[in-house]
Amino acid sequence: MAYSPDEVTALLPLPPATFHILLAVAHDDRHGYAIIQDIEQRTGGELRLSAGTLYRSIQRMLEQGLLNETTERPAPELDDERRRYYRITPFGAAVARAEARRMAGLVDMARAQGLAGRRA
Amino acid sequence: MSWPYRVLLRLYPASFHREFGRELEAMFALRQRQTSGAAAAVALWIGAIWDTASSALAAHLDLLRQDLSYTWRTLTRSPGFALTAILVTALGVGATTAAFSVADFVMLRPLPFKDPGSLVRVWGAKPQYSQYELSPPNYRDLKAASHSFAAMGAFHPLDANMLGEGPPRRLTGAAVTTDLLPIFGVVPEIGRLPSDQDGINAVVLSYALWKDVFAGRTEAVGQSIVLDGAPRVVVGVMPARFHFPSRQMQFWLPMPADELSDADRTNFWFQAVARLRPGVTLEQARAELSLIAGRLEQQYPKEDSKLGATVYRMQDGFSDQSRLLLLGLCGASLCVLLIACVNLGNLLLARAMIRHRELVVRTALGAGRERLIRQLVTESLVLSLAGGGLGIVIASMSVPLLSRLVPTALPIAGTPEVDLRVLLFAGVLTGLTGLAFGVLPALRASRSVGFEALREGARAGGGQRARLRAALVIAEVMASVVLLVGAGLLTRALWRIQATDPGFKTEQVLTLTTTLPLTRYQVVAVRQQYYDRVLGAVRGMPGVSSAAYITWLPMVMGGGIWPVLIPSQAAAPGEDRPASLRFTTPGYFQSLEIPLLRGRDVAETDRGDQPYVAVVSASFAKQFWPGQDPIGRRFSLALSERTVVGVVGDVMVRGLERTSEPQVYVPYGQAPDSSLIGYIPKSLVVRSSVPTDRLLPQIRAAVNAADPEQPISDVRTLTEIVESVTASRSVQAVVLAGFALIAFLLAGIGIHGLLACAVASRRHEFAVRSALGARAGAIVGMVMRQSALLALGGIIPGIVLAWAAGRALQSLLAGIEPGDPLTFGSAIALCAVMTLAGSLVPVLRAIRIAPASALRGE
Repeated sequence: MAYSPDEVTALLPLPPATFHILLAVAHDDRHGYAIIQDIEQRTGGELRLSAGTLYRSIQRMLEQGLLNETTERPAPELDDERRRYYRITPFGAAVARAEARRMAGLVDMARAQGLAGRRA
Repeated sequence: MSWPYRVLLRLYPASFHREFGRELEAMFALRQRQTSGAAAAVALWIGAIWDTASSALAAHLDLLRQDLSYTWRTLTRSPGFALTAILVTALGVGATTAAFSVADFVMLRPLPFKDPGSLVRVWGAKPQYSQYELSPPNYRDLKAASHSFAAMGAFHPLDANMLGEGPPRRLTGAAVTTDLLPIFGVVPEIGRLPSDQDGINAVVLSYALWKDVFAGRTEAVGQSIVLDGAPRVVVGVMPARFHFPSRQMQFWLPMPADELSDADRTNFWFQAVARLRPGVTLEQARAELSLIAGRLEQQYPKEDSKLGATVYRMQDGFSDQSRLLLLGLCGASLCVLLIACVNLGNLLLARAMIRHRELVVRTALGAGRERLIRQLVTESLVLSLAGGGLGIVIASMSVPLLSRLVPTALPIAGTPEVDLRVLLFAGVLTGLTGLAFGVLPALRASRSVGFEALREGARAGGGQRARLRAALVIAEVMASVVLLVGAGLLTRALWRIQATDPGFKTEQVLTLTTTLPLTRYQVVAVRQQYYDRVLGAVRGMPGVSSAAYITWLPMVMGGGIWPVLIPSQAAAPGEDRPASLRFTTPGYFQSLEIPLLRGRDVAETDRGDQPYVAVVSASFAKQFWPGQDPIGRRFSLALSERTVVGVVGDVMVRGLERTSEPQVYVPYGQAPDSSLIGYIPKSLVVRSSVPTDRLLPQIRAAVNAADPEQPISDVRTLTEIVESVTASRSVQAVVLAGFALIAFLLAGIGIHGLLACAVASRRHEFAVRSALGARAGAIVGMVMRQSALLALGGIIPGIVLAWAAGRALQSLLAGIEPGDPLTFGSAIALCAVMTLAGSLVPVLRAIRIAPASALRGE
């Protein structure tokens, strides 16, 4: 589906939960609980989304077209039929990239003022 | 164990729950499996409850935000609909709230005293008077002999002049027995109630007077004020809500012992209050008092002849007329609320017809039924809330206007406040109407999803809803007939009362009160000097044609009644022949233009050392000397025998709606010093062609010159006094007429809306008919028939209901029949005109339908 750069920037800045969810499904389709675990792992336990926060974010992201629900499911022995699996859309990926650029720009500005460490 | 969590998930909006409920459940089940130990399980549950509650709230708020912005868009797209709906709701809520707030304030709310249900007023009773003051011995006997009461106390109204900073002031108060105030069980704001040890030099102030004179300082207790020249020590201040016997009260003085022990059984000037003993009913107390009064009548057959005694609940201390005026108002406001609800329903139904397609399409596109309903609920609630809010504004603006309907005789404050409970009731009722008529269409639309519904096109809605709308319009017409007739009857009654000749000419007469304090004016000759000086000055003012002093003005005071004895006529046993007594200076009849029919006015020469004379009214002469010349006849009244020297026209002493006793006027000087002190002339009447604002300063100067310590109070024109007699009626008639007008307009709008819709949905049919050669007249006839049916359907039951309402209000109608043909005829004619006006535009539209374009449009 085609989208314009305006539609991308209209969603910025993203709420942190939304950004993290996009990161969690950037390469793999995941169900809700897997998303929570992925985020927790990646942030070293710093961000632990509650179920309610997660699904309210997912609902909004589905409406905004950042996520899709996928019909592809894992092998039945690994699956729970009540689960739903979410996949990032091209639009979602574009929004995530734009948000990352926005934040990188901010960090650059901070660095120029001596308020952030050297690039690793 | 997952069912508690499933229940918890119900907190989410249904759409969210449907989409994610099972997933959330699965996740919770997984977490439960991963948890071990009781503490961890408890922590998991607490976390889940907190998370669900807060997320569900946020999800609901999200939806609300969406729905509100959608509502805003749809309502601003049809501002006419939105404004009408809001106004209709506001009128209904506002009218009902205002009317019921006043009614509740007067009739239902307990008086601000301790255990108000057992507080009663004790009255004497005579054949023509249900509430007669008591004579002091009467009071003492009733109090001593009765067992129904836990306590009883007496008082009499008493005005006093207060000197202080600024001009002297006239204060309204009462002299009370020391056992009176404790009966109310009200603790003074500061200080204490007077006791027997205080003697007569104590005073208790009203809250307002305390704020006024002492600026609310607590040191007021123990300080003195000068009332009628005598210093009085303030012993206490009553709280702000204490108003007894009426809201004008400013002070209470202990009653002097000689007043309480007064032995005169024929002078009725005490009023009494009592508290029923626990377990004693009003009827038992009445029975006991009647029994005692019967014994007293046997004991004092002359003085206590035909004198009964009775009690009334203090809460009921206002007239049946006040009650009926308020009930009429409440009934009318309910009609307005009904019409408002009906109209709101009608508006929403009409809108639903228009939006039917939109709703069907949205349902077909997958909008969940719950989301659709939720959205319409939001829309209805927004309309109701906006209407209710405006209704509060209307109510709070109109409640002060209605405060003239609060009887002055009640011991409560004069201005009611908007009643929150009533407001809530009216708001909930209109809210429910909004919900019912807003949501039903959504339910129908979501049920009728499918090809058929989408294909329905312009004829969407169907006959059932049209019939419902017709029923609503008929109800509106009915209610507006009832209101029109009610308002018409009461207005006719008001006009008839206002057209009553009071017996005097009200125009160009200024009145005011100067009550002479007995401390300095006990001697008749001293009073005479005062009157001479003031009247002499006033009569000499440019533009003044006459001026006089009299005891009381007609309609301000109806009492002062004495039995008449004619030396040559023995009264039949038990026959009471009362007359009202006034002391006056010369010039009173001239000032009020009361016609002098025979003989002469009282004269300056009718002093105390001259033979006692009197001027009587025509009805007095007719009653006692029918067909004879009354001049020179003698009669006894108020402790002395007098000779008739003149006959004047009768005046309506007791207002425009009550018959008055015959009147007796006697010269102001013909009474012994310190006798009949209540009758000392205090009302000044001035007939003048000069406007009040120019005349009043001159009169003030004249009074000040005669006595610099004499305050002036109650400055009013005679016209104002007569108008105030019908003020509560006028207010009610105006309000009812307003209600009727609103109802009338709404019904007209209702008829118009329904017919317009009907014509629109029959476009096709009319087009076919006219294409087939039907004449315009035939199509007009079809539309008009429908409108006539609506009108008749409402008018016929409306007439029946209006007649019933008129019967209920009959005692307010001043002789106008409840089935007054003129009123009914006018109401019906108005409804016919309204029907015609309402159908005009739809009819024109119907005959202008061009067959070709209408048929092509399909």
